[in-house]
Amino acid sequence: MTAALRFDPIRLPPECEVLRQEVRAFLAEEIAAGTFDPHKPQREDSDAPEFSRRVGERGWLGMTWPKQYGGHERSFLERYVVTEEMRVANAPTRRFFVADRQSGPVLLKYAPEHIKMDILPRICRGEVCFSIGMSEPNSGSDLFAAKTKATRTDGGFLINGSKIWTTSAHIADYMIAIFRTSPPTKENRRHGLTQFLVDMKSPGIKVNPIAQITGQYEFNEVVFEDVFVPDDHMLGEIDGAWKQATSELAYERSGPERFLETYYVLTELVRALGPNPDIRGAEGIGRLVAQLHTMRRMSVSVAGMLQAGKEPVVEASIVKDIGTIWEQQLPHRVRELAAFVDPDASNHATLDDQLPFAIKTAPKLTIQGGTTEVLRGIIARGLGLR
Amino acid sequence: MTESDNIVAETAERIFADLADAQTINSGKDGAWKAPLWYALEQAGLPLSWVPEDCDGSGASLAEGFAVLSAAGRFALAVPLAETMLAGWLLAQARIAAPSDTMTVAPAHPKDRITLNADGSLVGRARGVPFAKGARHIAVLAHGADGVAIALVAIAACRIEPGLNLADDPSDTVILNNVTPLALKPAPAGFDQNALMLMGAVARSLQIAGALESMLDVSVGYSNERVAFEKKISKFQAVQHNLAKLAGETSAALAAASSAADAFAHAESFDDALFLEAAAAKIRCAEAAEKGAAIAHQVHGAIGFTQEHILHRFTLRALAWRDDFGSESHWAVELGKLVATRGADELWPLVASR
Repeated sequence: MTAALRFDPIRLPPECEVLRQEVRAFLAEEIAAGTFDPHKPQREDSDAPEFSRRVGERGWLGMTWPKQYGGHERSFLERYVVTEEMRVANAPTRRFFVADRQSGPVLLKYAPEHIKMDILPRICRGEVCFSIGMSEPNSGSDLFAAKTKATRTDGGFLINGSKIWTTSAHIADYMIAIFRTSPPTKENRRHGLTQFLVDMKSPGIKVNPIAQITGQYEFNEVVFEDVFVPDDHMLGEIDGAWKQATSELAYERSGPERFLETYYVLTELVRALGPNPDIRGAEGIGRLVAQLHTMRRMSVSVAGMLQAGKEPVVEASIVKDIGTIWEQQLPHRVRELAAFVDPDASNHATLDDQLPFAIKTAPKLTIQGGTTEVLRGIIARGLGLR
Repeated sequence: MTESDNIVAETAERIFADLADAQTINSGKDGAWKAPLWYALEQAGLPLSWVPEDCDGSGASLAEGFAVLSAAGRFALAVPLAETMLAGWLLAQARIAAPSDTMTVAPAHPKDRITLNADGSLVGRARGVPFAKGARHIAVLAHGADGVAIALVAIAACRIEPGLNLADDPSDTVILNNVTPLALKPAPAGFDQNALMLMGAVARSLQIAGALESMLDVSVGYSNERVAFEKKISKFQAVQHNLAKLAGETSAALAAASSAADAFAHAESFDDALFLEAAAAKIRCAEAAEKGAAIAHQVHGAIGFTQEHILHRFTLRALAWRDDFGSESHWAVELGKLVATRGADELWPLVASR
């Protein structure tokens, strides 16, 4: 047998159900208080610093991290529940999500002690926003091709070049980025990249907005001109960031955020079709729910592997590949299935409002966090084909 | 590839590997392999896995039996093991002792109804009953004036209109014309035809997922051997991406089927969450079978389309199993109706119930 694919049927433990009810109650309070509108995924107010602090106060940031750094030493499965409930409610998680999912774990693993003690507790309190600097102009998913340089100087490095498609760089306090510290070798194209923690307030950083076709603003180009990064802000091994960055991606690729980004249109489809859908509508809903349920079970299973200390790189890539294609196709399927609903009906209004936004969002879903093609390359490697 | 964590499944794997090797069966062409295989399965007590010991069965847990079905899927097993296990399980619901020979279950189609007459005889028609021709007994779920009953019937007492599924395994119409059953008892409270369909759907989902695992293995293996344009075809990116998609579909089927099996093994009643698990598994596994079979054949080129090659043993059975105990269209409509009835705001709580 060649491939060892495993998706064990992990069951969420009882404490997750208790937590789920707490999160739902909290979100209901926030919605009632007007913090956000769950029916407005296209809102412009997704940067909500006060909401971020309140989530921190509840103990839902840094949930799996050690207590000494402000974490809560809870399980990946508990974190999973918080993430999916926030996502399904369209809560404004932009300010804390990247730090909680990725940047914190990277710092935990690779940052010196005094930096961990400084930054991690602030992340847990919801006070810090992170961005991730991977893609560059003309390189995109091809991280080997990264050119932005970190050159040795007295007591640290000078950064020159630029990053692009950097989510939240305009509100971020820090960026964790990979820069070129030496050229790739002939034997190892992966050599020569190093990971750094960059304080976004450092002189020489310029953040240029990139408007999206949805009308939203999340991405940026970030230009570095002689930006100084001190020695102790280097993360992990010099020239050895490749392995660090790829294991980090397992966290980015399997979570509920990888199939729930357009979920709201499915709820609204059910609302629009009403309690007695015709057979086409019923079958359409049934198939979409079956696919959603399956993906969620795959994603929970990967969370279980992370909890067990495994590095499910291939399984996570599979979840992202299938999940993002599903959330990309979902608005189009919903559009087809809603075609026979009376356009004047009142239960159609929310769908009419949301569907165009979901359709506009869809094209990016299979790009961010590693394109479909890159993921399939990783899966093929896992199958022993490369 | 799946680690067997129980001795029942390990025994099954060993018997399948010894006596149900796809290449040997495919070269044999005469069915001579069936008798020694069935004998070995019976000796190991596998067909009566789900029959309690005090009903002369093996008393294996649901989970242990499900692992046997996964293994049977990986070998594209073409003897009525799953059917006999399901029949034993159905009889056990009413504590009817199971005979030790080949069995099947009826109805296998959600739209078919078998009626229990006031005199205790059975009347009705069940289509697409797997392996009815050749089986000795059939476990029947019937509707009477007083509710649902479970019966054991001799196949000889029924009229069989033989048919074949896509893979040329028996898929027959069973006609019960006022047949007197060998045993008849009321079903337990809450047990109905939908419960039988859901259990059958989980069984078939596990078999489909198993067959997909083998399709993936056979396809990856072939791509590493076959040379075209002076390269192994596994080195072509287009082939790699196709196999990655096949791995994705296989993973989805495995996850859906094993999740549903786990839900059944721990279920206390047939509630909406269990319905979601079983229906979703059958829908998603059937979709994976369709996509997966196409990719596996594409990777194999014309050679995979021949009778000589083993690929069809897996692809055709995975495709055929879609039709038993409710097709994906049937379950999608039923699941869609359930979701619509519960309403939009109850969708997420249902999905997130485990």
